[in-house]
Amino acid sequence: MITVTNVSKRFGDFTALDDVSLEVPDGSLTALLGPSGSGKSTLLRIIGGLEFADSGSVVIHGEDVTGVVPQKRGIGFVFQHYAAFKHMTVHDNVGFGLKIRKTPKERIDERVNELLKIVGLGGFAKRYPSQLSGGQRQRMALARALAVEPRVLLLDEPFGALDAKVRAELREWLRRLHEEVHVTTLLVTHDQEEALSIADNIAVMDNAHIEQVGGPRELYDRPANSFVMGFLGPVAQVDDTLVRPHDISLLSRPEGDAREAQVTRVSHLGFEVRVELQLGDGQPVFAQLTRTEAAQLELSAGDIVWLALTGDRDARLVSEDDRLDAVA
Amino acid sequence: MSTRIALRSVALTYLGVLVVVPLAMIFYRTFEDGFVAFFESVTTPAAISAISLSLTIVAIVVPLNVVFGLVTALALARGNFPGKGLLQAVVDLPFAVSPVIVGVALILFWGNDGWLGGAFPVIFSLPGMVLATVFVTLPFVVREVEPVLREIGTEQEEAASTLGASRWQTFWRITLPAIRVGVGYGVVLTVARSLGEFGALTVVAGGVAGESQTLTLLVHARYIDDHNTFGAYSAATVLMGLALVTLVLMTLLERRREA
Amino acid sequence: MASLAVPKPPARTRRSLGGGVGPIGLGVATLWLSLIVLLPLAAVLTKSLEGGLGGFWDAISAPSARYALLLTTAISALVALINVVTGTLIAWVLVRDDFRGKSLVNAIIDLPFALPTIVASIVLLSLYGPRSPVGIHLYATKPAVILALAFVTLPFVVRSVQPVLMEVDREAEQAAASLGASGWTTFRRIILPALYPALLGGAGLAFARAIGEFGSVVLIGGGIPRDTEVASQYIAKQIETDRPASAAAVSVALLLISFAVLFAIRWFTKRKDVG
Repeated sequence: MITVTNVSKRFGDFTALDDVSLEVPDGSLTALLGPSGSGKSTLLRIIGGLEFADSGSVVIHGEDVTGVVPQKRGIGFVFQHYAAFKHMTVHDNVGFGLKIRKTPKERIDERVNELLKIVGLGGFAKRYPSQLSGGQRQRMALARALAVEPRVLLLDEPFGALDAKVRAELREWLRRLHEEVHVTTLLVTHDQEEALSIADNIAVMDNAHIEQVGGPRELYDRPANSFVMGFLGPVAQVDDTLVRPHDISLLSRPEGDAREAQVTRVSHLGFEVRVELQLGDGQPVFAQLTRTEAAQLELSAGDIVWLALTGDRDARLVSEDDRLDAVA
Repeated sequence: MSTRIALRSVALTYLGVLVVVPLAMIFYRTFEDGFVAFFESVTTPAAISAISLSLTIVAIVVPLNVVFGLVTALALARGNFPGKGLLQAVVDLPFAVSPVIVGVALILFWGNDGWLGGAFPVIFSLPGMVLATVFVTLPFVVREVEPVLREIGTEQEEAASTLGASRWQTFWRITLPAIRVGVGYGVVLTVARSLGEFGALTVVAGGVAGESQTLTLLVHARYIDDHNTFGAYSAATVLMGLALVTLVLMTLLERRREA
Repeated sequence: MASLAVPKPPARTRRSLGGGVGPIGLGVATLWLSLIVLLPLAAVLTKSLEGGLGGFWDAISAPSARYALLLTTAISALVALINVVTGTLIAWVLVRDDFRGKSLVNAIIDLPFALPTIVASIVLLSLYGPRSPVGIHLYATKPAVILALAFVTLPFVVRSVQPVLMEVDREAEQAAASLGASGWTTFRRIILPALYPALLGGAGLAFARAIGEFGSVVLIGGGIPRDTEVASQYIAKQIETDRPASAAAVSVALLLISFAVLFAIRWFTKRKDVG
C-alpha cells in the first residue's frame, strides 16, 4: 500500500500539489487521472522520490520514505518517453538494476530472459533501443522496472507517446500483466478511456487537488462534482441539472414533466445517434440515442420533441460552477 | 548556367590563392631536398625537446579541461542558480580574448609583480604554459558537452536512480556514455588548439631552446632568430600533419554524432 | 505513519542549484573559471588603471599604440567585410553548386581552424614572402596582414551562412522567379534578408578573431611600428620591454573594442529576431 498524507509542492509561484492525500491499495492498479498541469505527474514523482514534497509524507508498505532517495524506495518507474539507455542492448537495459545490485551474471541472464519472454521481446535481447519500435521500447522499459522486483510500479503516462492502435494493445497487455504479476501499480494518465478500461481504482485530479477516488463505475455513475463528471464522459445540461446525454430520452408527445424542445441537428455516429436540441428558453442540449431509439422517433431537424431525464438520479448533478464549460 | 560556373571559379580561386597553393608550397619546400633532410631537421635535440614539451602540455591540459569542463557543463545544463548568465559569458570569454592578452593577464596575475606577488613561480615555466593553454582551450569541452546534456535530458538518469544506481554509478554508466562523442569532439579541439597555441606562449614562456620551447615557438625561433627557413618549414609541416589528424578525427566524430 | 514534523528534504534544492554536480560542483566550476579566466583578466584591468584614467589614456594614445589600435580595427573591419562577400560566395557554391571534389573543398574550409596560427603565417610566407616563386612579395606590407587575417577567419562566415542557406525556402525563390524577378533580384530580395543574422554573426566573430590575432601576422606582417604592427604585436613588445602598464592599457582598449562589436551584433540580431 502507498499512503500519501497532506503532500504539498510548489515550483516557484506554481502550486503543483495542495495538501493532497491518497491511498493506493495493495495489489491494485490505480490510475491518477487528470488534465495536464493538474499535478498528477508531480504526485507520482514524489512517490517515486524523483521530486521531494515541500510538506507531507509518503509511506510505502508501512515504511516512511518521505526523505528517502529513489534508489532506496524499492520502486519501479516507467517514463513517458521510455528513458531507454540508448548505448546499451535490450538485455543490458533490463539487467541494469540487477547489475547495480551485483547480482551474479547467470542469475541476471536468467531473469532478463524470463522477463523478455513475459513482455514479448524474447528474440530482441541483443538489439539496441534504436532498433525497436515505440511500443517495444516501452515494454522493454517495463521489463527493466520489473527486473528489480519493486514493491510498487509507477508509470508516468506510459502510453502517451504511442499511436492509438499500439496504445490500445499495450493497455490490454498491461492489464493482463498486472493480473499475472499483481504488483501494486500506480499509473498516471490524462486519458479517461485508458483509466476506465484498465484501472480498478481511479483518483481524479484537478488543479493540485484530488477531486474523487473510486472504482470506474462509481466515478462514472456517482461523480462527486461537475469536474469529475465532465472529465470522465460527455455531459449535457438541462436547466441547472447536469446529466449524461444517454440519460436523456426523447418522446414524441408530452408526458409527465417532460420539456418541449426543438431538434436542430441529427448526427449518425455509427452505433449511436447524437441529437442536438434547443429548449424553449433557447438553451442548447444534446442527447445520445441508440440507433433503434432514433429510428423509432424518425427525427429530423425542426421536429418538436419532449425531453425527459431517465437513468440513475445519483448520476446527475446540479451545476455548481462554470468549470463545465471548459470541459464540454 | 554560366553564372554558376563563374561563381564557382571565383570561390575556388579565392580558396586556392589563400589556402591550397600556399599549403602545397610549404609541402614542396619541406620535401624538395628529400625526406631524409626533413627527418633530420625535425629530430634535432631542440626539435625533439619541443615536440615532447608540446605533447606534455597537451597531456596535462586535456584531463584538466575534461574534468573541469564536465563539471561546468553539468552545472550550466542542469543547474538553476543566480549568476548563471554570467558564468555562461565567462566560459565564452577566452574566444574573445587575444592570446597575447591572455599572456599579459597571466603575467599580471601570477608573475613577480602580479596580484599573487609571484607566490607561485609559474611564469616562464611549464605551469605558466599550461595555464595559458588551459585559458585558451577552456570553452571547448564545455561548449561541446553542454548542448548534448540538454538534449539527452534527465530521464535516463532518473530511470537509473529508480533502478538503484548511485549518482556516481549513474554518471559513469549512463551520463558519460551518452555524452562521449561530445567529450571526444571537445578533446580533439582542445588537443589541436593546445598544439597550435603560440601568442599566449610567446608572452609567458621563456622560449629557451631545449627547455621552454614548444613546437610553435620552435617554428618562430628557427625562422626569425636562426634564419633557418627550411627548419621552420619542417617543423611547421609536423604541426600541419597533426592538424590534419585532428581534422580527420573531427570528421569521423561528426559522422558518429550524426549517426 | 502520520509524520507531523517532516524534515525539509534537501534533494530538490541540491538538484536545482548545481544540477547534477551539486553546490560543490558549482563552487568548483566557479572557482576554476575565476582562477583561470576572470582573476587574470581583472589583473589586466587594474594594472591598466594603475596611473588613473589619465595614465590609461596616455598609454593608448602614444603614437605607436594609437596607430596600432587604429590599424588593427580598420584592417579587422576590412577583413570582416571581405569575409562577408567571399564567405557568402563560398557558402553559396557549397550549398547550391555541385561538382567533383566538393566535399574536399568543404573540408578545406575548416583547415584554418585546425592549423596553428604560426603555421598559417609561415604557409603564406612560403608563397608570398621573400622567396616567392610567383614573384609576389608581400612581406611586411599591409596586404600581408590582410591576407593573414583573411586566412585565419575564413571559416566563420562560411560556416554560419551555410546552414541558413540550406534552410532557405526554395519555393519562395521559385515564386519570386515565377513573378519575373531576375537571379540577382531574387538573391537580394529573398535570400539576403534571411542571411542577415548569420552574416552579421559570422562577420562579428571574424572581426573579434582578427582584432586579437597574433600568430598568423607575426612572421609575415613584419611588425614595423606605425606601418604594419598590429595591436597584439604592440602589446607583446611592451611586455618584452618591461612596460606592463602600457601593455595592460592597450589590452583593455582592444578588449573593449572587441566586446563592443560582439555586444552590438548580439543586440542587433536579437532586435531583428523580435522585429
